[in-house]
Amino acid sequence: MQVAPSDTTALSAYSPEVRQHLFQYVLQLADTSLILGHRLSEWCGHGPILEQDLAMANIALDLLGETRSFYQYAAELEGKGRTEDDLAFLRVATEYRNPLLVEQPNGDFAATVVRQFLFDTFHFHFLQQLQTSSDERLAAIAEKSWKEAAYHLKWSSEWIIRLGDGTDESRQRLNKALANLWRYSGELTTPTATEQALQTLGIIPEYTRFQEAMTAHVAKVFAEATVPVPQETYMQRGGKEGRHSEHLGYILTELQYMQRTYPGMTW
Amino acid sequence: MVATQAPTEERVWQLLEEVSDPEVPVLSILDLGIVRKVQVQDQAVTVTITPTYSGCPAMNTIATDIRLRLLAEGITQVTIHNQLSPAWTTDWMSQAGREKLEAYGIAPPVDGTATGHLLNLFGQDTAVRCPLCKSEHTHLVSQFGSTACKAFYQCDDCHEPFDYFKCHS
Ligand SMILES: [Zn+2]
Repeated sequence: MQVAPSDTTALSAYSPEVRQHLFQYVLQLADTSLILGHRLSEWCGHGPILEQDLAMANIALDLLGETRSFYQYAAELEGKGRTEDDLAFLRVATEYRNPLLVEQPNGDFAATVVRQFLFDTFHFHFLQQLQTSSDERLAAIAEKSWKEAAYHLKWSSEWIIRLGDGTDESRQRLNKALANLWRYSGELTTPTATEQALQTLGIIPEYTRFQEAMTAHVAKVFAEATVPVPQETYMQRGGKEGRHSEHLGYILTELQYMQRTYPGMTW
Repeated sequence: MVATQAPTEERVWQLLEEVSDPEVPVLSILDLGIVRKVQVQDQAVTVTITPTYSGCPAMNTIATDIRLRLLAEGITQVTIHNQLSPAWTTDWMSQAGREKLEAYGIAPPVDGTATGHLLNLFGQDTAVRCPLCKSEHTHLVSQFGSTACKAFYQCDDCHEPFDYFKCHS
């Protein structure tokens, strides 16, 4: 896209160290929405009904839009001439900073809904707070994307309720998906060293600030779904520091195929 | 025809009125309310636009269409700025735009009904008027329609299925 972003933060105001943290962190945000958006796009043409096929494609598109805003900013922060496309298509799996949750396979519709719900709950509350970031660019992207995240959370929350309070089959599938995916939810709000550094500077919100609101939302939705909130469990993490499950490699193989095979190609 | 003098700001606004939304061609980009600012300095024109939705694929086309329309007037130095904040809202859609939408068969946004109220799960949606028979007995089929900015409704009286341009504020 040829459109140049006009909201410029005085990047020079950041020390090289902070700027490096911010670059890594903005990459993490971009990678997260890219990989989840890609997963959702795998449903295109395979949704259980047309309206839900469209819903998932719409959500994927919103996430991709957010992705581009973040990669464009990351490219500016790095300042080494790499473009948004270079960052999306020419990095290897260990350089990706997305949490493990978003790379998990689509599974059945219940698994996709659970993955989306866990992510949306975080995403919505996080973006709400990010709007007050001292970094103007992040605040502006958050303002835009938060409105969209509200629609996503409404969609996935309603589906948790429909599946949980639906038939025996749907309930069983929901429970199975929860048993598989809950362990990936903790990574979202467990700060890495990079996140801690930025939280201390007030550039990104402390996750504890909205933990209560997240827990309340999950409890409310699960109560309506007549499904118990999963027990405390050992939480998997590592994706935000580049330690991924085997799934990411397969995603990147597909996602990066054209640029790897025909470097610099455009159409 | 190639203009030899510098374009005026007023002229640029007139030209932008002729650029339509590629997804809803009855609307100009001014009706849609995405043009924030026009600046003219000598021969150089800067147009600042705000995207409707962050993943909206029409934004690229709109940027190209703006360039092409200005180019046809001999304006070659065009910069298009993409401004994210303040975020676009359907409040910026013109009254003329709303009327054109309804005549085209798309229900215009009902102000003050933005979905931010996520705790209102399954909550009944806004009374959206059927663009065909004008009945307000309609129901939401899907929050996600043919494009990011629309939801899908159906009329309970005449049974017309229609797009609703979602309120976004
Ligand atoms: Zn009707």
